[in-house]
Amino acid sequence: MSQAIQSRIQASPLSRRSFLVSAGGVSVAVTFGALPAEVFGAAVAPGMDKGLSPSAWVTIGADGTVSIISPASEMGQGVMTSMPLLIAEDMDADWSKVRIVQAPADAKNYGNPGFGGAQLTGGSRTTPGYYEKLRLVGAQTRKVILASAADMMKVPVDELTTEPSVVVHKKSGKKLGYGDLAKSAKLPDPLPEATKADLKPVHQWRYIGNRKIPRVDVESKVNGKAVFGIDVQLPNMLYGAVLRTPVQGEKPVSVDDAAARRMKGIVQIVPLPYGVGIIGETVEVTKKAKDSIKVTWSTGAKARGYTSDKLLEDYRKIAADPSKKGVDVHKEGDAEAAIAGAAKVLSVDYLTDHVYHATMEPMNATALVRNDQVEIWAPTQSPSVTQGFGARMAGTAPEKVQVHTTMLGGGFGRKTEADFVVDAVLLAKSVPGRPVKVIWSREDDVQHDKYRPLEAQHIQVGLDAKGNVVGWRHRIVAQSIFARVFPAAFEKGGGQDGSVTEGLEFNYGVPAHHVEYIRQDNGQDVGFWRAVGPGYTKFGVECMVDEIAQARKMDPLHLRLELLKEQPRAQKVLRTAAEMAGWTKKRKEKDRALGLAYSDAWGAHCAQIAEISLDRKSGEIRVHNVWCAVDPGVAVQPWNIEAQMLGAITHGASHALYEQ
Amino acid sequence: MTAFTINGRSVDVTAEPDTPLLWVIREHLKLTGTKFGCGIAQCGACTVHIDGEPARSCQTQLQDVAGRKITTIEGLSANSDHPLQKAWVAEQVPQCGYCQSGQIMEAAAFLKKTPKPTRQQIIDAMDGHICRCGTYMRIISAIQRAAREA
Repeated sequence: MSQAIQSRIQASPLSRRSFLVSAGGVSVAVTFGALPAEVFGAAVAPGMDKGLSPSAWVTIGADGTVSIISPASEMGQGVMTSMPLLIAEDMDADWSKVRIVQAPADAKNYGNPGFGGAQLTGGSRTTPGYYEKLRLVGAQTRKVILASAADMMKVPVDELTTEPSVVVHKKSGKKLGYGDLAKSAKLPDPLPEATKADLKPVHQWRYIGNRKIPRVDVESKVNGKAVFGIDVQLPNMLYGAVLRTPVQGEKPVSVDDAAARRMKGIVQIVPLPYGVGIIGETVEVTKKAKDSIKVTWSTGAKARGYTSDKLLEDYRKIAADPSKKGVDVHKEGDAEAAIAGAAKVLSVDYLTDHVYHATMEPMNATALVRNDQVEIWAPTQSPSVTQGFGARMAGTAPEKVQVHTTMLGGGFGRKTEADFVVDAVLLAKSVPGRPVKVIWSREDDVQHDKYRPLEAQHIQVGLDAKGNVVGWRHRIVAQSIFARVFPAAFEKGGGQDGSVTEGLEFNYGVPAHHVEYIRQDNGQDVGFWRAVGPGYTKFGVECMVDEIAQARKMDPLHLRLELLKEQPRAQKVLRTAAEMAGWTKKRKEKDRALGLAYSDAWGAHCAQIAEISLDRKSGEIRVHNVWCAVDPGVAVQPWNIEAQMLGAITHGASHALYEQ
Repeated sequence: MTAFTINGRSVDVTAEPDTPLLWVIREHLKLTGTKFGCGIAQCGACTVHIDGEPARSCQTQLQDVAGRKITTIEGLSANSDHPLQKAWVAEQVPQCGYCQSGQIMEAAAFLKKTPKPTRQQIIDAMDGHICRCGTYMRIISAIQRAAREA
């Protein structure tokens, strides 16, 4: 545990009843005492209040209220419920008494083990990354509670058990509520530690997998009380707008802001390396001022002349040209030799265009700079990234940057970026002592998105005389996301970019498999987009499996079952989806067809069947039904998983059919 | 100064007459439940009621609402207990939640006129409200539930 955190706790008036321990790499902090003033419901809680260190995971109030930290960003995926729920399960808290507190930027305590400890929500890594850690936090908390109770009740600790938020001594029939414990408990010394052996066995789970538990954030999202980044209100706050370069990489050469400067309510015009910042007393005046500013831009940027139609064609040619070498992502057997000796070779190109994130809440952030101290309120997927960029822009140290993570009005990967935070800090820096809220226009949000990468995939599959797959060669051409956001790791990894190629290694049993990534750089930033790699890689893989089925005149379901014969979980989701859809049943309606796909991305198994019709005159495709079977491993919140799948199906269909 | 009523309260706002009502509500009156999504009436996130009719507040100017009655999501019910709000919770509709105020305000005006809607009527009425999380299926279920239980 860091000295800084320890000293913050000691400085707190509640320190004598606070403790913080480390066990097996897991830090646990429990505080008995006053409740934080802000709990989830009325607002996104800005960390524990009243000088109490926010580095605690759990605070138990004398009234029995249990406050639990939510370490990840809530952007609709439900982690504000599911992560604290894991702690509540193993500490045996009464869920109805739990209140959620959003974590501050503190990667040391709240970082995601699935991201090497960075506090970053994305890449489908929240539940897998935090799962074990948070359950251990819960288990250790319970052990501390039991030890404290044993001391108070003067009984041996091994005679004690728990019911939700109650310690029970069966022999005497005595019970002690967690809240009663909080009133006067002494902390055990030394503090007990927890290992995996202390985790609650599955048959004792009350909350994990319980279909009836609603999300904690829903109530505040039906009455307007949920606080998103754009909703932040601070005393003395100013508003900011940024006129951005029309082409990425260009700079302002000359600026005519005379009309803007004359507007009543304009506080400052701030030159920025990538545009012009406007600070004003109201949102409306900053927008008017922005529209009035005339800029002559440089014309030398690499992205000038960038045309996605032309690039798709260029990428397609590169993908199909074996002389253009890339990096090996996966190599098993000799796919080239197998294909050269195959009885039949299938060769198909798959292209996917850029896609816009379109979060409903446009980019925005609020910052306050005072001397070397910075405070940021942002709908960010990454407090760590926000803290780092905030420090760099203000010229201060990361520990002097406080980050308040608000609710996110959609993220989908876009809000892992720092561009909107950079705007807020650069503008706030020019008006020290006054907070500035910067709101992007929708037009800027579209034009300056970090789009999903444009990709070309060239897939060659060799079949033997019986139609068995003997080799699979997969070449993927795209810009790199990692090269921009993790340049050091990208170099160290020899030019690999998992976010572009993930999903290309698969569960299908093929004897020889070669995957190559050929990176391009055309000057237009690309970024993480919902599902990231599998969103485009599975499109290529699954279409190709259908091509094989057609070449073999085989049912695509049977082919998949054959290619997945070693994968019982995959077989189960495929059979379940087929059964629900009535896969073999002829449709009554004219011109209806069923399509099937399977994904093994992120260790989850998912099969979906879509029923569509095609209007042969207009070419319009209509989706009538989708059946989905998913096995994600431990289903922490089944009700929410169903919502996520419903949303993902809608989202996926939208970009596949309309968003190009 | 422009005077109007919002959620039953009389207010006087000092701002340029052409200021979009959206920013008056959100930043002058600090009622942030009404959302900015696009600013060009294409997404529905800014929907409020003006004299009981649903309106896109981003395309309504302050001068247009003088003397009129505005209701935002904060004023839809006293305790978050409008049948739609209850149905929204029962069906666990929101994901990120950003568009939901606008969705609920549109649905509330719609149900008032069409208390027993068909599924197709719901779809037609709600068309034009974008939800990027893709909560549409549950929105339909929630409106059906509210119509049933109201």
